[in-house]
Amino acid sequence: MERLDQIFVTLKAWAVGQVPEPFQVIASIVLSIAPIMLVFPGIFALTTVAERKLLGRIQNRLGPNRVGPFGFLQWAADGLKTITKEDIVPRNADKVVHFLAPVVLLVSALLAYSVIPFGRNMYAIEIDAGILFFFAVGAGTELAVFMAGWSSRNKYALLGAMRAIAQMISYEMPLLLAALAVVMATGSLNPNEIVAAQEGGRGWGEIVPNWFVFTPWGFAGCILFLIAAAAESNRSPFDLPEAESEIIAGYFVEYSGMKFATFFLAEYLGLFVISSLCVVLFLGGWHAPFPFFWCAWVPSWAWFIGKLACIVLLYIWMRGTLPRLRIDQLMNFAWKFMLPMALINLVVVAVWTYTRPWNYFGAELVRWLLCVGLLLAPYLLLGRNLLRNRKWGPRTYRYAS
Amino acid sequence: MDAPFLIAAAMTLLSAIAAISLRNVVHCALCLSVALLGLAALYLQLGAQFVGLTQIVVNVGAVAIVIVFAILLTRSSEESGEPRFNKGAIWAGLICAAVFASLVIAINSSHVSVKFSAPVSPLTVERIGHELMGRYVLPLEAMGLLLTAALIGAVIIAMKEPGGKGGAQ
Repeated sequence: MERLDQIFVTLKAWAVGQVPEPFQVIASIVLSIAPIMLVFPGIFALTTVAERKLLGRIQNRLGPNRVGPFGFLQWAADGLKTITKEDIVPRNADKVVHFLAPVVLLVSALLAYSVIPFGRNMYAIEIDAGILFFFAVGAGTELAVFMAGWSSRNKYALLGAMRAIAQMISYEMPLLLAALAVVMATGSLNPNEIVAAQEGGRGWGEIVPNWFVFTPWGFAGCILFLIAAAAESNRSPFDLPEAESEIIAGYFVEYSGMKFATFFLAEYLGLFVISSLCVVLFLGGWHAPFPFFWCAWVPSWAWFIGKLACIVLLYIWMRGTLPRLRIDQLMNFAWKFMLPMALINLVVVAVWTYTRPWNYFGAELVRWLLCVGLLLAPYLLLGRNLLRNRKWGPRTYRYAS
Repeated sequence: MDAPFLIAAAMTLLSAIAAISLRNVVHCALCLSVALLGLAALYLQLGAQFVGLTQIVVNVGAVAIVIVFAILLTRSSEESGEPRFNKGAIWAGLICAAVFASLVIAINSSHVSVKFSAPVSPLTVERIGHELMGRYVLPLEAMGLLLTAALIGAVIIAMKEPGGKGGAQ
């Protein structure tokens, strides 16, 4: 099982050993990058089919069922279709920026994968400020969305881009603060150290894993992170940048063929990578959930992919069940609820860390009650006040009337 | 002068020149963000991970976005017919050259230019926290005050006046 766990690491070491000495560095780099560029677009292809099947199931219809067994080869047909479609560029479009936008988007989505540890010893690069690197390359996404929306010379594209940027900037704050909670608790920006800090378990027979999601602040942080991540990657119910029913497809309305597919791919890659970060930060990374002997048989990368799949399924489920928010609801939620909660969560992390040395009888219970109370009270107060102060009435337009 | 430094420096300089010489304002803003990215690459090359990555998060992620947003909301992105150089170009060039020369002289005569290889200690959040809350606490607080003032100003401009027709335009 040790061999199975490290199979990719050994394979890479073996393959690098096969090439002559001067090329070993390049071979090592290529062999770190290539799996990421092969595996995750592959998962993307499977996810599109799974998503359509699941959404079909939720909406009481069949979903794709023509290509291959139960329609599970639909992704191949879709891929061929997008490759062979004509690439149309609007006459007034800014050609260079129009071409660069999907490239920048895809590059920034792929770069973020380089710091995620997918299994024991499985990461492309190790840098001390890995979490910061993740958010730094994410900055390219916003710029790419703007480039796409602006260069198309289309009002729907521009509206979609402005919505997308407003949403991304608003939700980046709670996202960063939720991740900061973990950084505060572990004292490290390195994803590998964050994963290492979540090893083992506690309680009777170490049955509860040491994942951060099983602490009061970690639970709150995980929920905040998942919501903000949905908004960052334009997933429903925060999909109003590309709301088909209002602004037809938002910032990529003027893209066709493979460029459209690139947008689609980059969006899903962004979703996968931000879910991977959630697994790393809160769900214990590649650690097995239980100390049972059979859990050790399953390789670490399989646990990681399993957790990732759970989060992606959660997002598909959310897409199937929740209606789209309105722009003012979205902004209010980000600034009046998510941001205060994320800040309070940081205080709770500090309390949790400083009460760790307590060791009198029942200290653990007091600690838990204190932290849960510190989170629950503002949650209830904020929720009530935001709901009570909502005024219902006809909509007023400030500038459009 | 190794290859990564040359690439990053060339990228920074070329995109900075493009940012001041292109006709389309949005193109200029995009080139500016590339120049900032090049600066961040230079920081990273010097082993200053935190500074370099923060540079990207703040300048490319936030400042560049605010710039393009402001351009979009305030003026049309059509190319303006203004000439590339205006009357003040010579004076501006002279002042720029003087500033550059004084910077070069200052840096060359200071102890910064003496090359020393400081041991790069591993980046820890604890160290950053101690530096920010200890040695650099005054600049940090001043920055916080400045940003708060800017934020309050922005809110006041955007605020709906009670009874009035919309906010200030």
